[in-house]
Amino acid sequence: MNLSTSIAFSVNGEQRELIVDNRTTLLDALREHLHLTGTKKGCDHGQCGACTVMVDGRRVNSCLTLAVMHEGDEITTIEGLGEPGSLHPMQAAFVKHDGFQCGYCTPGQICSSVAVLEEIKANIPSHVTADLTAPASVTVTEIRERMSGNICRCGAYSNIVDAITEVAGTKA
Amino acid sequence: MKFDTPATTNPIDQLKVVGQPIHRIDGQLKTTGRAKYAYEWHDTNIPYAYGYPVGASIAKGRIRSMDVAAAQEAPGVLAVVTTLGVGDRKKGKFNTAKLFGGDEVQHYHQAIAVVVAETFEQARAAAALVKVDYAVEAGAFDLKEAMKTAEKPDESQQPDTATGNFDGAFASAAVTLDETYTTPDQSHAMMEPHASIAAWNGDEVTVWTSSQMIDWWRSDLATTLDIDKEKIHLMSPFIGGGFGGKLFLRADAVLAVLGARAAKRPVKVALPRPFMMNNTTHRPATIQRIRIGAERDGKITAIAHESWSGDQPGGQLETAVAQTRLLYAGANRMTAMRLATLHLPEGNAMRAPGEAPGLMALEIAIDEMAEKLGVDPVQFRIVNDTQVDPEKPERPFSHRDLVGCLKLGAERFGWSSRGRPGARRDGNWLIGHGVAAAFRNNLVLPSGARVRLDREGIVTVETDMTDIGTGSYTIIAQTAAEMLGLPLDKVAVHLGDSRFPVSAGSGGQFGANSSTSGVYAACVKLREAIAAKLGFNSPDVVFENGEVRSGNRSVPLSQAAGEEGLVGEDTMTWGDLTETHQQSTFGAHFVEVGVDVATGESRIRRMLAVCAAGRILNPITARSQVIGAMTMGAGGALSEELAVDTRRGFFVNHDLAGYEVPVHADIPHQEVIFMDETDPMSSPMKAKGVGELGLCGVAAAIANAIYNASGVRVRNYPITLDKLIGGLPEIA
Repeated sequence: MNLSTSIAFSVNGEQRELIVDNRTTLLDALREHLHLTGTKKGCDHGQCGACTVMVDGRRVNSCLTLAVMHEGDEITTIEGLGEPGSLHPMQAAFVKHDGFQCGYCTPGQICSSVAVLEEIKANIPSHVTADLTAPASVTVTEIRERMSGNICRCGAYSNIVDAITEVAGTKA
Repeated sequence: MKFDTPATTNPIDQLKVVGQPIHRIDGQLKTTGRAKYAYEWHDTNIPYAYGYPVGASIAKGRIRSMDVAAAQEAPGVLAVVTTLGVGDRKKGKFNTAKLFGGDEVQHYHQAIAVVVAETFEQARAAAALVKVDYAVEAGAFDLKEAMKTAEKPDESQQPDTATGNFDGAFASAAVTLDETYTTPDQSHAMMEPHASIAAWNGDEVTVWTSSQMIDWWRSDLATTLDIDKEKIHLMSPFIGGGFGGKLFLRADAVLAVLGARAAKRPVKVALPRPFMMNNTTHRPATIQRIRIGAERDGKITAIAHESWSGDQPGGQLETAVAQTRLLYAGANRMTAMRLATLHLPEGNAMRAPGEAPGLMALEIAIDEMAEKLGVDPVQFRIVNDTQVDPEKPERPFSHRDLVGCLKLGAERFGWSSRGRPGARRDGNWLIGHGVAAAFRNNLVLPSGARVRLDREGIVTVETDMTDIGTGSYTIIAQTAAEMLGLPLDKVAVHLGDSRFPVSAGSGGQFGANSSTSGVYAACVKLREAIAAKLGFNSPDVVFENGEVRSGNRSVPLSQAAGEEGLVGEDTMTWGDLTETHQQSTFGAHFVEVGVDVATGESRIRRMLAVCAAGRILNPITARSQVIGAMTMGAGGALSEELAVDTRRGFFVNHDLAGYEVPVHADIPHQEVIFMDETDPMSSPMKAKGVGELGLCGVAAAIANAIYNASGVRVRNYPITLDKLIGGLPEIA
């Protein structure tokens, strides 16, 4: 029985080819095979959000999806958003508002934040969207609801919301 | 340097860099995913192998035998190391339960094997093939039962205190309260699982791990391995949260080191999330009885606090009465703590051990007492303030402004708008306000640092201090910059490496004040070395704008360093100022909650903390410490509880789905105010700890707000809706 599969996908705009054990999660493919360790393993069970990356523009918990399911996909990780000296606006806002402490959930929070603003722009409703016929809007209530899959045990939530709100261009 | 007289004016007082709102110097690394945590250390030339742990599936007993044949034959497996195979090992000084080695099972999920394989997937699959034959023994797992046979621990744990005549004063008091409160077992649940990579080179081993206390880990690992401490090199430059859960050597490091030796390869081991709650330590549950007697004018005449907690044999108290010895006045007082034997996983320090659960109870009791007296709870606390240690009145507080925190907080929060219990309504929400005092002692530990000045004029600080999210990198850089008259970009900070001078480490809110004091001491040495080299008269030397100046001579630091550079190294040690003066930190928490009138769901609407904690070294990182602690307190009040299976003896909800920590939707905007103060008794930095203060009292403020909203008094945490719904007012 063949337990491995050759796969190809794009990570942060770069084409990557890998042979992985079929059981390898997308998270472990990124961390252990491609050494992109910005994406974090907090629980490996889809409970904490530290592993959040974007696949074809939508956020996913990369621990809950197998690498072999992503043939041909475009994956964006924290490393693809910006780098020291050239930060993505969301990364810069997190630094400015001190939206982190230990930093371990931070890449997931930032990837999620970027995707959340896109989701709102795309008019995708959430549990707290009161009126499904009106355009979705960036409110702190919407941000808190949509970000609730990303746990921060250091408790930087209040600052994270400030950071996202600033990037969204609205007042908290 | 020994700090044994109160600080006078020193270079830190310039406050050009220290005390300024400076963004974290490691912020860009953390927000771009470039900060390397323990499991992420990678060298392309090294063929790492993966270790996956196996945990005991019983709570107490012995292992008769282990069958590892199937695991050993599984694809990719390089080695299987079992607890029977490595035999009995000496336990580290700081561990209560043993981590690995021998046939005795002391608690559920104690590590009993590590399977090392070429890949993570192979190791995990093979670990599931290990078969164990146990001889199960009965154990004690229920604190309520075990408290009946709880014992007074030895005096080193200071179980009892008494002053005056509590019984007499309580019996004759005009108004009394006698209530019992419970707090559950809690889990640190830091985001980064315990993780280590171990690589042997001959008889030396390098361990990249996630540790709050480098030297404690190094010493205890040496004991466990029975090797010379000098043979161990420990690295922990970034730590994904600790909260006390990474204070003491953990199994991941032991398994990685032993796995690497067996596999003859560097090995990575991370504890799987569902392993963490039972394999590591937790904050023990408490049962607390509080009695307060007061005169009608609101003066406390008698106060007693007793607490019961449990731990493994040879373990420690959860010191839940600690704050009651110091927080309020009252001539007649007693405290007592008793320790029950439990065979649950090891109980140990979690953020603000003692005060966090102690204030969860005490500050509800104070709220209840104020209500009985018909006194406003803010005023009741002010009336019973003390400026001396109430058990030893000859011993003053170094600086205490609890009253200032309460008054300012009440004003900013709008406390005067608080209504009677159950009286305020906003749609479906019953609205309530709650207050609690915050109190946490200010501890100091010896802390060393080395400071190098190079010919480029760059100062590099080296200390084994850790940054667990607290901002150590930044405040240490600020300290060195201030001492040497440099901008922040001329300072580099290297932390978390056992080759550096031993520091205080991170814990007990002693890290910031102690470690920056160590850096202060090293910088004084460097300043002296620079002055001596230039032939300057040390006392009149000024370090400013990258230059060192004496009289009309000034020399750039880069030039002063010369080709070889200069080094200053020292350790700050502490005299008896913490004994002659009680050093503590103070605060007041104000909370507004809404309780759903139909479902009993509680939502926090507003939170304010006012903190008096000496000089604030960096208002940005200090504020983050406090809001983070307030968030943890919200979890403690409303959702966090390790559920004990009292039959099989383990924590059932051992992951982040079952153990509910606060999420974004639970936390409103949080406001923090720091009192503008310094404490010259604390250190040359005149700072005190703040990271644990923020947690102390929060849960009680929420509990008191829920009572004010709903009229239902809950004395058993967490305050879940099932405890409220039966007592809610009729829906109008």
